[in-house]
Amino acid sequence: MAWFRKTKTPKPIRPERPRSNVPEGLWVKCEGCKEVIYSRDLDRNLRVCPKCGHHMRIDARTRIALLLDEPEPRELFTGVTPTDPLAFRDTKRYRDRIKTYQQAVGERDAVLVVQGHLDEIPVMVAAMEYRFMGGSMGSVVGEKITRAAERACERRLPLLVISASGGARMQEGVLSLMQMAKISAALGRLRAAGLPYISILTDPTTGGVTASFAMLGDLNVAEPGALIGFAGPRVIEQTIRQSLPEGFQRSEFLLEHGFLDLVVQRSEMKEMLARCLRHLYRP
Amino acid sequence: MTASDSQFDIPLAELRKRIEELEGYPAGSSQDKELERLRVSLRKNTAEVYGHLSRWQKVLVARHQDRPYTLDYVHFLMEDWVEVHGDRAFSDDPAIVAGLARFRGRSVAVVGHEKGRDTKERISRNFGQPRPDGYRKALRVMKMAEKFRLPVLTFIDTAGAYPGLDAEERGQAEAIARNLIEMSALTVPIVVTVTGEGGSGGALALGVGDRVFILEYATYSVISPEGCAAILWKDQNKKAEAAEAMRITAPDLLQLGVVDAIIPEPPGGAHTDPEAACRRVGDVLADALDELVRLSPNELIARRYEKFRALGVYDEG
Repeated sequence: MAWFRKTKTPKPIRPERPRSNVPEGLWVKCEGCKEVIYSRDLDRNLRVCPKCGHHMRIDARTRIALLLDEPEPRELFTGVTPTDPLAFRDTKRYRDRIKTYQQAVGERDAVLVVQGHLDEIPVMVAAMEYRFMGGSMGSVVGEKITRAAERACERRLPLLVISASGGARMQEGVLSLMQMAKISAALGRLRAAGLPYISILTDPTTGGVTASFAMLGDLNVAEPGALIGFAGPRVIEQTIRQSLPEGFQRSEFLLEHGFLDLVVQRSEMKEMLARCLRHLYRP
Repeated sequence: MTASDSQFDIPLAELRKRIEELEGYPAGSSQDKELERLRVSLRKNTAEVYGHLSRWQKVLVARHQDRPYTLDYVHFLMEDWVEVHGDRAFSDDPAIVAGLARFRGRSVAVVGHEKGRDTKERISRNFGQPRPDGYRKALRVMKMAEKFRLPVLTFIDTAGAYPGLDAEERGQAEAIARNLIEMSALTVPIVVTVTGEGGSGGALALGVGDRVFILEYATYSVISPEGCAAILWKDQNKKAEAAEAMRITAPDLLQLGVVDAIIPEPPGGAHTDPEAACRRVGDVLADALDELVRLSPNELIARRYEKFRALGVYDEG
């Protein structure tokens, strides 16, 4: 027999009452310093925490808007869309996952390519969209970045690629792996043509994306505090059975170890890229 | 293979062992009859079992510890082998071997993963999981081959690039990426053979070539079945499902256009007769080199570019 018995039905914890009319998402907690920040202040500061300088993730279109002069630069290769070459199914069908992300994110896959001007310098830009399946690289990402490199060669433009990705997309199997080789070969052509390629690494850039185009820039430039690596921190911890030192695989760590040229604040990125490009490139 | 995973191979291994024992005895008519009976049984059972391997079972065959590794191919196929060492920057990584050899009358550069045979050697070779130093050594030797106009033969067999703290510190990602761009532009023939496990970026870093071959029971994948299962199914035990879903076996890869041809293994897998397996690979490599050495450097890299350019499946509309 139970010792305690409920004799009356409990009251609802929150009785129906008008809820506060502050809209959702008006306040954001910074992951860096745990400070609660007014969302509009954060937007004004380019989603960089005004208290601690933590750079929050932003979407691909915002990144392009921060770098290019045109309010609406010309988007290229928009017709390239994902399919399901392996008829892949884990707990969910890949086909359905694609649809879900397309609806939720409003993009067709995890990269956008635009042609425009950065402080009046003509450029080709590819920006990865982390919200779309963790920015994972499948055939579409591989094809669009390759085309961006090839088009940059044809038009004699510098190429900028902004990375934000967990790596290769498992749902397209070995075809995703092969995109690493395909893009790298296209960057080889850009190199042979004497055109600049600047890799801009943002939080997070890992796996097959780091182990191909993200590390191959004439200049590798990162935002502060971005996670950048080949293996993810959890995999490394499991391998070596130790916890990792503070700051391991962050931008500043990579700068110190010689794999980045610069770590640049979001607010200063455009100006810095323009300065670099003016040294490396004459239209 | 662990015992529980590789049930399918145990009866075959036992048959082979009994045949070997009997072969050691002096000949006699009753013995010969028994031997013949066992041989027939082995042939029949091997054909039965190896004709119906699941994808996961092929993974286990690809990982078999008696499979030929790079140094076995060198041993059975080449003469005048000179192993060279070091990346000229930090260390010599024993997980990758590299050197010069004579192969069917030609000097070639050889680069490949090396897992090691016994436990002690396996540990010293880090089970064939290279650090950046290994990839940089590989590239150094490939660039040397280019300078002296030698074709490059690579042999791929790794679970993946080593995911360790020191490997990250020294730029695992950069080392792999560097090999991809440099191999795509190397002006001498590169012939790639996936001999066992083609584990992700750590495999691809030796995998950009004019011809890519794969052994019958080898695999090539974007992530290990265990890794994929842990991430997508949140359960490492779903590795067989992951192997199926990712389609990582030789026939899958041929269908996807990732490899040019499958090299058949001896019945029962390369581990049952390493020398025969190596010879079959040698014949295919020799034919490929005969074709490739006729191409000019420009033709070579243009065709290599188109080969990888064509990989990927997407809609356009």
